[in-house]
Amino acid sequence: MRVLIPSALRSYTAKTWVEASGATIAEVLADLERQYPGIRFRMIDEQDRMRANMRFFVGGVASFDLAQPLRSTDELQIVQALSGG
Amino acid sequence: MANSTRKPAMRSAASTTRAARPKRSEPARKLVLLVATRKGAWLFHADGQRKTWRADGPHFLGHIISHVVLDPRDGRTLLAAAKTGHLGPTIFRSTNLGRSWKEAARPPAFAKAPDGQPGRAVDHTFWLTPGHASETDVWYAGTSPQGLFRSADGGVNWEPFSNINDDPTYRAWMGSVQDGTPDGPKLHSIIVDPRDAAHLYFAMSGGGVHESVDGGRTFSTLIKGLEVVEGMDAANVTFHDPHCVRLCPSQPDRLYQQNHCGIYRLDRPGDAWVRIGRKMPKRVGDIGFPMVVHPRDADKAWVFPMDGGSVWPRTSPQGEPAVYGTRNGGKTWQRQDAGLPAGQAWWTVKRQGMCADAHDPLGLYFGTTSGELWMSRDEGAKWACIARHLPEIYSVEAAELG
Repeated sequence: MRVLIPSALRSYTAKTWVEASGATIAEVLADLERQYPGIRFRMIDEQDRMRANMRFFVGGVASFDLAQPLRSTDELQIVQALSGG
Repeated sequence: MANSTRKPAMRSAASTTRAARPKRSEPARKLVLLVATRKGAWLFHADGQRKTWRADGPHFLGHIISHVVLDPRDGRTLLAAAKTGHLGPTIFRSTNLGRSWKEAARPPAFAKAPDGQPGRAVDHTFWLTPGHASETDVWYAGTSPQGLFRSADGGVNWEPFSNINDDPTYRAWMGSVQDGTPDGPKLHSIIVDPRDAAHLYFAMSGGGVHESVDGGRTFSTLIKGLEVVEGMDAANVTFHDPHCVRLCPSQPDRLYQQNHCGIYRLDRPGDAWVRIGRKMPKRVGDIGFPMVVHPRDADKAWVFPMDGGSVWPRTSPQGEPAVYGTRNGGKTWQRQDAGLPAGQAWWTVKRQGMCADAHDPLGLYFGTTSGELWMSRDEGAKWACIARHLPEIYSVEAAELG
Protein backbone atom coordinates (compact mmCIF):
# COMPACT_ATOMS: atom_id res chain seq x y z
CA MET A 1 0.00 0.00 0.00
CA ARG A 2 1.00 3.62 -0.30
CA VAL A 3 2.40 5.26 2.79
CA LEU A 4 2.76 9.01 3.22
CA ILE A 5 6.03 9.94 4.92
CA PRO A 6 6.27 13.23 6.86
CA SER A 7 9.07 15.62 6.02
CA ALA A 8 10.93 14.88 9.24
CA LEU A 9 11.40 11.27 8.12
CA ARG A 10 12.29 11.83 4.50
CA SER A 11 15.97 11.67 5.37
CA TYR A 12 15.23 7.93 5.53
CA THR A 13 13.03 7.49 2.48
CA ALA A 14 14.10 10.34 0.20
CA LYS A 15 10.52 10.49 -1.08
CA THR A 16 7.08 11.52 0.11
CA TRP A 17 5.16 8.36 -0.81
CA VAL A 18 6.59 4.88 -0.40
CA GLU A 19 5.23 1.38 -0.82
CA ALA A 20 4.98 -0.98 2.13
CA SER A 21 2.96 -4.05 2.90
CA GLY A 22 1.29 -5.51 5.98
CA ALA A 23 -2.06 -6.52 7.40
CA THR A 24 -1.85 -4.06 10.32
CA ILE A 25 -0.22 -0.70 11.00
CA ALA A 26 2.40 -2.57 13.04
CA GLU A 27 3.22 -4.83 10.10
CA VAL A 28 3.49 -1.92 7.71
CA LEU A 29 5.83 -0.18 10.10
CA ALA A 30 7.90 -3.37 10.33
CA ASP A 31 8.14 -3.42 6.56
CA LEU A 32 9.18 0.23 6.54
CA GLU A 33 11.87 -0.62 9.09
CA ARG A 34 13.17 -3.37 6.83
CA GLN A 35 13.36 -0.95 3.93
CA TYR A 36 14.57 2.07 5.88
CA PRO A 37 16.48 0.92 8.99
CA GLY A 38 15.98 3.14 12.00
CA ILE A 39 12.75 4.78 10.83
CA ARG A 40 10.37 2.88 13.14
CA PHE A 41 12.04 3.92 16.40
CA ARG A 42 11.71 7.56 15.46
CA MET A 43 7.89 7.03 15.41
CA ILE A 44 7.29 4.24 17.92
CA ASP A 45 9.00 3.97 21.31
CA GLU A 46 10.47 0.87 22.90
CA GLN A 47 7.17 0.14 24.65
CA ASP A 48 5.42 0.04 21.25
CA ARG A 49 3.65 3.34 21.90
CA MET A 50 3.17 5.92 19.20
CA ARG A 51 5.40 8.88 20.00
CA ALA A 52 3.66 11.98 21.22
CA ASN A 53 3.74 13.97 18.02
CA MET A 54 3.34 11.20 15.47
CA ARG A 55 -0.13 10.63 14.04
CA PHE A 56 -1.36 7.80 11.85
CA PHE A 57 -4.36 8.10 9.54
CA VAL A 58 -6.02 5.32 7.58
CA GLY A 59 -8.38 6.58 4.91
CA GLY A 60 -8.28 9.97 6.57
CA VAL A 61 -9.31 8.64 9.97
CA ALA A 62 -6.91 8.85 12.88
CA SER A 63 -5.78 5.57 14.40
CA PHE A 64 -4.12 5.11 17.76
CA ASP A 65 -3.89 1.34 17.57
CA LEU A 66 -0.90 -0.36 15.98
CA ALA A 67 -2.97 -3.53 15.66
CA GLN A 68 -5.57 -1.88 13.45
CA PRO A 69 -6.19 -4.06 10.40
CA LEU A 70 -5.39 -2.66 6.99
CA ARG A 71 -6.51 -3.64 3.52
CA SER A 72 -4.04 -3.63 0.66
CA THR A 73 -6.10 -0.87 -0.94
CA ASP A 74 -5.78 1.39 2.10
CA GLU A 75 -3.44 4.32 2.31
CA LEU A 76 -1.51 4.94 5.50
CA GLN A 77 -0.71 8.55 6.17
CA ILE A 78 1.94 9.29 8.74
CA VAL A 79 1.86 12.87 9.92
CA GLN A 80 3.83 14.85 12.44
CA ALA A 81 1.45 16.78 14.63
CA LEU A 82 2.10 20.46 14.97
CA SER A 83 4.07 21.39 18.04
CA GLY A 84 5.87 24.53 18.94
CA GLY A 85 9.41 25.36 19.99
CA MET B 1 24.43 42.01 24.67
CA ALA B 2 25.79 44.78 26.85
CA ASN B 3 28.23 47.12 25.14
CA SER B 4 30.67 47.35 27.97
CA THR B 5 32.95 44.51 28.93
CA ARG B 6 35.12 43.80 31.90
CA LYS B 7 38.76 44.81 31.71
CA PRO B 8 41.48 42.78 33.35
CA ALA B 9 41.83 44.23 36.82
CA MET B 10 45.28 42.87 37.45
CA ARG B 11 47.92 40.76 35.94
CA SER B 12 46.66 37.25 36.11
CA ALA B 13 48.26 34.52 38.10
CA ALA B 14 48.05 32.36 35.01
CA SER B 15 50.23 34.83 33.10
CA THR B 16 52.74 34.93 35.92
CA THR B 17 52.93 31.19 35.98
CA ARG B 18 53.36 31.06 32.26
CA ALA B 19 56.23 33.54 32.26
CA ALA B 20 58.12 31.60 34.89
CA ARG B 21 57.71 28.28 33.21
CA PRO B 22 59.90 26.98 30.39
CA LYS B 23 58.01 27.45 27.17
CA ARG B 24 56.41 24.31 25.93
CA SER B 25 55.60 23.64 22.34
CA GLU B 26 51.95 23.59 21.40
CA PRO B 27 50.43 20.17 20.88
CA ALA B 28 50.76 19.14 17.27
CA ARG B 29 47.22 17.81 17.12
CA LYS B 30 44.48 20.09 15.85
CA LEU B 31 41.83 21.35 18.19
CA VAL B 32 38.12 21.28 17.46
CA LEU B 33 35.21 22.47 19.58
CA LEU B 34 32.12 20.29 19.38
CA VAL B 35 29.10 22.47 20.02
CA ALA B 36 25.69 20.88 20.54
CA THR B 37 22.63 23.10 20.50
CA ARG B 38 18.88 23.01 20.64
CA LYS B 39 18.80 23.33 16.86
CA GLY B 40 21.80 21.38 15.59
CA ALA B 41 25.53 20.86 16.02
CA TRP B 42 28.57 22.85 14.95
CA LEU B 43 32.25 22.06 14.81
CA PHE B 44 34.65 24.96 15.32
CA HIS B 45 38.14 24.21 14.04
CA ALA B 46 40.99 26.20 15.59
CA ASP B 47 44.15 27.41 13.97
CA GLY B 48 47.40 26.41 15.70
CA GLN B 49 47.28 29.44 17.99
CA ARG B 50 43.59 29.08 18.86
CA LYS B 51 43.04 32.62 17.52
CA THR B 52 40.79 32.00 14.56
CA TRP B 53 38.02 29.46 14.33
CA ARG B 54 36.39 27.96 11.28
CA ALA B 55 32.73 27.11 11.76
CA ASP B 56 31.53 23.86 10.23
CA GLY B 57 27.79 23.51 10.49
CA PRO B 58 25.01 23.24 11.10
CA HIS B 59 24.92 19.51 11.27
CA PHE B 60 21.41 18.09 11.82
CA LEU B 61 19.74 21.48 11.56
CA GLY B 62 16.53 21.37 13.55
CA HIS B 63 17.58 18.42 15.65
CA ILE B 64 17.96 18.80 19.38
CA ILE B 65 21.57 17.77 19.97
CA SER B 66 22.40 17.15 23.61
CA HIS B 67 26.01 16.06 23.28
CA VAL B 68 28.69 15.60 20.62
CA VAL B 69 31.82 13.76 21.68
CA LEU B 70 35.02 12.82 19.84
CA ASP B 71 36.53 9.43 20.63
CA PRO B 72 39.90 10.26 22.19
CA ARG B 73 41.09 6.75 21.42
CA ASP B 74 41.14 7.27 17.68
CA GLY B 75 40.86 11.05 17.43
CA ARG B 76 38.34 10.91 14.59
CA THR B 77 35.09 9.15 15.50
CA LEU B 78 32.25 11.43 16.52
CA LEU B 79 29.06 10.46 18.27
CA ALA B 80 26.09 12.83 18.45
CA ALA B 81 23.03 12.36 20.66
CA ALA B 82 20.01 13.64 18.73
CA LYS B 83 16.28 13.92 18.61
CA THR B 84 13.77 16.35 17.17
CA GLY B 85 10.62 17.81 18.55
CA HIS B 86 8.62 15.11 16.78
CA LEU B 87 10.86 12.12 16.33
CA GLY B 88 12.30 9.64 18.76
CA PRO B 89 15.87 9.79 20.01
CA THR B 90 18.87 8.38 18.24
CA ILE B 91 22.64 8.44 18.00
CA PHE B 92 24.54 9.50 14.91
CA ARG B 93 28.10 8.41 14.24
CA SER B 94 30.74 9.85 11.94
CA THR B 95 34.22 8.55 11.20
CA ASN B 96 35.21 11.46 8.98
CA LEU B 97 34.66 14.44 11.26
CA GLY B 98 31.10 15.05 10.22
CA ARG B 99 31.40 14.88 6.43
CA SER B 100 28.91 12.04 6.67
CA TRP B 101 26.90 10.56 9.52
CA LYS B 102 25.36 7.14 10.00
CA GLU B 103 22.61 6.41 12.46
CA ALA B 104 23.14 3.84 15.20
CA ALA B 105 21.55 0.52 14.33
CA ARG B 106 20.12 0.21 17.83
CA PRO B 107 20.00 3.50 19.79
CA PRO B 108 19.63 3.45 23.58
CA ALA B 109 16.19 2.13 24.52
CA PHE B 110 14.80 0.66 27.70
CA ALA B 111 13.81 -2.99 27.91
CA LYS B 112 10.27 -3.80 26.89
CA ALA B 113 8.07 -3.94 29.96
CA PRO B 114 6.12 -7.12 30.66
CA ASP B 115 2.57 -7.06 29.34
CA GLY B 116 0.30 -4.86 31.39
CA GLN B 117 3.09 -2.96 33.09
CA PRO B 118 4.03 0.58 32.19
CA GLY B 119 7.45 0.74 30.66
CA ARG B 120 9.78 3.67 30.24
CA ALA B 121 10.85 5.16 26.94
CA VAL B 122 14.04 7.10 26.34
CA ASP B 123 13.10 10.68 25.55
CA HIS B 124 16.65 11.65 24.65
CA THR B 125 20.20 10.53 25.14
CA PHE B 126 21.74 13.27 27.20
CA TRP B 127 25.33 12.25 27.93
CA LEU B 128 28.02 10.31 26.08
CA THR B 129 31.25 8.99 27.59
CA PRO B 130 33.94 7.04 25.73
CA GLY B 131 35.02 3.88 27.51
CA HIS B 132 38.41 3.13 28.98
CA ALA B 133 41.46 3.44 26.72
CA SER B 134 41.88 -0.33 26.90
CA GLU B 135 38.31 -0.92 25.68
CA THR B 136 38.51 0.77 22.32
CA ASP B 137 34.95 0.19 21.13
CA VAL B 138 33.14 0.77 24.42
CA TRP B 139 30.92 3.83 24.98
CA TYR B 140 28.51 4.71 27.75
CA ALA B 141 25.35 6.81 27.46
CA GLY B 142 23.09 8.47 30.00
CA THR B 143 19.52 9.26 29.10
CA SER B 144 16.40 11.17 30.11
CA PRO B 145 14.56 9.76 31.92
CA GLN B 146 17.46 8.30 33.82
CA GLY B 147 18.99 5.28 32.15
CA LEU B 148 22.47 3.88 31.74
CA PHE B 149 23.46 2.28 28.43
CA ARG B 150 26.58 0.77 26.91
CA SER B 151 27.82 0.07 23.42
CA ALA B 152 30.57 -2.45 22.75
CA ASP B 153 30.88 -1.71 19.05
CA GLY B 154 31.78 1.94 18.84
CA GLY B 155 28.28 3.31 19.30
CA VAL B 156 26.41 1.30 16.64
CA ASN B 157 24.39 -0.94 18.97
CA TRP B 158 23.38 0.05 22.50
CA GLU B 159 22.13 -2.09 25.35
CA PRO B 160 20.84 -1.27 28.83
CA PHE B 161 23.85 -1.45 31.14
CA SER B 162 23.94 -2.87 34.65
CA ASN B 163 20.74 -3.50 36.53
CA ILE B 164 19.95 0.06 37.55
CA ASN B 165 17.47 0.87 34.77
CA ASP B 166 14.95 -1.61 36.14
CA ASP B 167 16.08 -2.01 39.74
CA PRO B 168 13.18 -1.04 42.07
CA THR B 169 15.46 0.82 44.47
CA TYR B 170 17.11 2.82 41.72
CA ARG B 171 13.75 3.47 40.08
CA ALA B 172 12.51 4.91 43.37
CA TRP B 173 15.58 7.11 43.63
CA MET B 174 15.08 8.32 40.08
CA GLY B 175 11.59 9.53 40.97
CA SER B 176 9.14 10.54 38.30
CA VAL B 177 9.41 13.01 35.45
CA GLN B 178 7.96 15.57 37.83
CA ASP B 179 11.02 15.22 40.04
CA GLY B 180 13.41 16.05 37.24
CA THR B 181 14.83 19.12 35.61
CA PRO B 182 12.69 21.19 33.22
CA ASP B 183 14.00 19.23 30.24
CA GLY B 184 13.44 15.92 32.00
CA PRO B 185 15.37 14.00 34.66
CA LYS B 186 18.82 13.00 33.53
CA LEU B 187 21.59 10.48 34.03
CA HIS B 188 24.90 12.20 33.43
CA SER B 189 28.53 12.52 34.49
CA ILE B 190 29.43 8.96 33.51
CA ILE B 191 33.09 8.68 34.46
CA VAL B 192 35.57 5.88 33.77
CA ASP B 193 38.63 5.79 36.04
CA PRO B 194 41.61 6.10 33.68
CA ARG B 195 43.48 3.57 35.85
CA ASP B 196 40.74 0.94 35.94
CA ALA B 197 38.09 0.19 33.33
CA ALA B 198 35.91 -1.46 35.98
CA HIS B 199 35.79 1.63 38.20
CA LEU B 200 32.84 3.77 37.17
CA TYR B 201 30.88 6.73 38.46
CA PHE B 202 27.64 8.29 37.31
CA ALA B 203 25.21 10.89 38.63
CA MET B 204 21.50 11.50 38.34
CA SER B 205 19.42 14.68 38.50
CA GLY B 206 17.79 13.69 40.66
CA GLY B 207 19.05 10.58 42.25
CA GLY B 208 22.56 11.14 43.59
CA VAL B 209 26.10 10.04 42.73
CA HIS B 210 26.93 6.36 42.32
CA GLU B 211 30.09 4.27 42.04
CA SER B 212 30.92 0.81 40.79
CA VAL B 213 34.19 -1.03 41.34
CA ASP B 214 33.12 -4.17 39.50
CA GLY B 215 32.56 -2.95 35.98
CA GLY B 216 28.97 -1.91 36.57
CA ARG B 217 27.63 -5.15 38.00
CA THR B 218 26.84 -3.33 41.22
CA PHE B 219 26.75 0.31 42.23
CA SER B 220 26.82 1.99 45.61
CA THR B 221 25.79 5.50 46.52
CA LEU B 222 28.35 8.23 47.05
CA ILE B 223 26.37 11.03 48.65
CA LYS B 224 27.87 11.51 52.11
CA GLY B 225 28.51 15.18 52.82
CA LEU B 226 26.25 16.41 50.04
CA GLU B 227 23.48 18.77 51.06
CA VAL B 228 19.91 18.76 49.81
CA VAL B 229 17.23 21.40 49.60
CA GLU B 230 16.40 22.83 53.00
CA GLY B 231 13.87 20.84 54.93
CA MET B 232 14.45 17.62 52.99
CA ASP B 233 16.16 14.49 54.28
CA ALA B 234 19.74 14.14 53.02
CA ALA B 235 19.60 10.43 53.79
CA ASN B 236 17.07 10.01 50.98
CA VAL B 237 18.94 9.52 47.70
CA THR B 238 15.99 10.87 45.72
CA PHE B 239 16.61 14.37 47.03
CA HIS B 240 20.20 14.55 45.83
CA ASP B 241 20.75 16.58 42.70
CA PRO B 242 24.31 16.51 41.41
CA HIS B 243 24.58 18.78 38.38
CA CYS B 244 28.02 17.82 37.09
CA VAL B 245 30.79 15.58 38.44
CA ARG B 246 34.34 15.58 37.08
CA LEU B 247 37.36 13.41 37.85
CA CYS B 248 40.84 14.95 37.74
CA PRO B 249 42.85 13.14 35.05
CA SER B 250 46.11 14.00 36.78
CA GLN B 251 44.89 12.72 40.14
CA PRO B 252 42.04 10.27 39.57
CA ASP B 253 41.36 9.98 43.29
CA ARG B 254 40.05 13.54 43.25
CA LEU B 255 36.54 14.44 42.11
CA TYR B 256 34.88 17.83 41.89
CA GLN B 257 31.14 18.35 41.77
CA GLN B 258 28.77 21.19 41.00
CA ASN B 259 25.57 20.29 42.79
CA HIS B 260 22.13 21.86 43.08
CA CYS B 261 23.25 22.64 46.61
CA GLY B 262 26.82 23.82 46.27
CA ILE B 263 30.31 23.00 44.98
CA TYR B 264 32.07 19.97 46.42
CA ARG B 265 35.36 18.08 46.33
CA LEU B 266 35.97 14.45 47.19
CA ASP B 267 39.39 12.87 47.73
CA ARG B 268 39.33 9.11 47.62
CA PRO B 269 39.51 6.72 49.30
CA GLY B 270 37.42 9.06 51.44
CA ASP B 271 33.70 8.95 50.81
CA ALA B 272 32.56 12.28 52.23
CA TRP B 273 32.20 15.26 49.92
CA VAL B 274 33.44 18.62 51.24
CA ARG B 275 31.49 21.75 50.32
CA ILE B 276 34.27 23.94 48.92
CA GLY B 277 31.71 26.39 47.56
CA ARG B 278 31.34 27.91 51.03
CA LYS B 279 34.28 30.13 50.10
CA MET B 280 32.48 31.66 47.15
CA PRO B 281 31.25 35.26 47.56
CA LYS B 282 27.86 35.33 49.23
CA ARG B 283 26.22 37.53 46.58
CA VAL B 284 27.26 35.07 43.88
CA GLY B 285 26.69 31.83 45.73
CA ASP B 286 27.85 28.38 44.73
CA ILE B 287 24.98 27.20 42.56
CA GLY B 288 25.52 26.42 38.90
CA PHE B 289 25.65 23.66 36.35
CA PRO B 290 29.10 23.06 34.83
CA MET B 291 32.28 21.89 36.55
CA VAL B 292 35.64 21.96 34.78
CA VAL B 293 38.93 20.50 36.02
CA HIS B 294 42.48 21.11 34.85
CA PRO B 295 43.87 18.13 32.96
CA ARG B 296 47.32 18.43 34.61
CA ASP B 297 46.75 20.18 37.94
CA ALA B 298 44.18 18.69 40.29
CA ASP B 299 44.14 21.82 42.46
CA LYS B 300 42.65 23.88 39.61
CA ALA B 301 38.98 23.86 38.75
CA TRP B 302 36.35 26.24 37.37
CA VAL B 303 32.64 26.82 37.75
CA PHE B 304 30.07 29.14 36.20
CA PRO B 305 27.80 30.42 38.97
CA MET B 306 24.11 30.83 38.33
CA ASP B 307 21.26 32.53 40.14
CA GLY B 308 19.72 29.73 42.14
CA GLY B 309 17.68 31.98 44.38
CA SER B 310 13.93 32.31 44.78
CA VAL B 311 12.35 30.78 41.66
CA TRP B 312 15.67 29.69 40.20
CA PRO B 313 15.99 32.19 37.32
CA ARG B 314 18.91 30.17 35.89
CA THR B 315 20.67 33.34 34.77
CA SER B 316 24.01 34.84 35.72
CA PRO B 317 23.74 36.39 39.21
CA GLN B 318 22.74 40.06 38.89
CA GLY B 319 23.08 39.73 35.10
CA GLU B 320 26.86 39.85 35.48
CA PRO B 321 28.31 36.62 34.13
CA ALA B 322 31.61 35.38 35.50
CA VAL B 323 33.72 32.30 35.72
CA TYR B 324 35.13 31.46 39.12
CA GLY B 325 38.31 29.48 39.39
CA THR B 326 40.29 27.92 42.19
CA ARG B 327 43.99 27.15 42.21
CA ASN B 328 44.05 25.41 45.57
CA GLY B 329 41.39 22.78 45.48
CA GLY B 330 38.62 25.14 46.51
CA LYS B 331 40.20 26.88 49.51
CA THR B 332 39.82 30.17 47.66
CA TRP B 333 38.08 31.28 44.46
CA GLN B 334 38.94 34.04 41.99
CA ARG B 335 36.39 35.87 39.86
CA GLN B 336 37.42 35.73 36.18
CA ASP B 337 35.24 38.05 34.13
CA ALA B 338 37.68 40.09 32.02
CA GLY B 339 36.18 40.41 28.57
CA LEU B 340 32.74 39.25 29.61
CA PRO B 341 29.76 41.64 29.59
CA ALA B 342 29.77 43.94 32.63
CA GLY B 343 26.02 43.84 33.06
CA GLN B 344 22.59 43.17 31.57
CA ALA B 345 23.71 39.73 30.39
CA TRP B 346 21.08 37.28 31.48
CA TRP B 347 22.44 34.03 30.21
CA THR B 348 24.05 31.09 31.86
CA VAL B 349 25.91 27.89 30.97
CA LYS B 350 24.48 24.40 31.14
CA ARG B 351 26.19 21.40 32.69
CA GLN B 352 27.90 20.17 29.51
CA GLY B 353 28.47 23.68 28.22
CA MET B 354 31.92 24.37 29.64
CA CYS B 355 35.23 22.59 29.13
CA ALA B 356 39.00 22.84 28.90
CA ASP B 357 41.41 21.86 26.14
CA ALA B 358 44.79 20.19 26.69
CA HIS B 359 47.03 23.11 25.68
CA ASP B 360 49.52 24.93 27.85
CA PRO B 361 48.47 27.45 28.96
CA LEU B 362 45.11 25.86 29.28
CA GLY B 363 42.22 27.02 27.11
CA LEU B 364 38.77 27.25 28.65
CA TYR B 365 35.51 27.37 26.70
CA PHE B 366 31.86 27.84 27.39
CA GLY B 367 28.66 28.09 25.39
CA THR B 368 25.70 30.07 26.65
CA THR B 369 21.97 29.63 26.79
CA SER B 370 21.84 32.67 24.48
CA GLY B 371 23.94 30.98 21.79
CA GLU B 372 27.34 32.57 22.35
CA LEU B 373 30.61 30.67 22.37
CA TRP B 374 33.37 32.11 24.55
CA MET B 375 37.00 31.15 25.14
CA SER B 376 40.01 31.99 27.23
CA ARG B 377 43.55 31.15 26.13
CA ASP B 378 44.99 31.79 29.58
CA GLU B 379 43.06 29.71 32.10
CA GLY B 380 40.26 32.21 32.44
CA ALA B 381 42.26 35.43 32.86
CA LYS B 382 40.72 36.99 29.74
CA TRP B 383 37.69 35.99 27.71
CA ALA B 384 36.78 36.51 24.07
CA CYS B 385 33.67 35.61 22.11
CA ILE B 386 34.23 33.12 19.29
CA ALA B 387 30.69 32.97 17.92
CA ARG B 388 27.34 34.62 18.45
CA HIS B 389 23.79 33.96 17.30
CA LEU B 390 23.92 30.20 17.62
CA PRO B 391 20.89 28.42 19.05
CA GLU B 392 20.82 27.72 22.78
CA ILE B 393 24.01 25.82 23.52
CA TYR B 394 23.70 22.54 25.40
CA SER B 395 27.27 21.26 25.32
CA VAL B 396 30.79 22.25 24.36
CA GLU B 397 33.61 19.73 24.14
CA ALA B 398 37.21 20.56 23.21
CA ALA B 399 38.80 17.67 21.38
CA GLU B 400 42.17 16.92 19.81
CA LEU B 401 42.01 15.43 16.35
CA GLY B 402 44.09 12.34 15.69
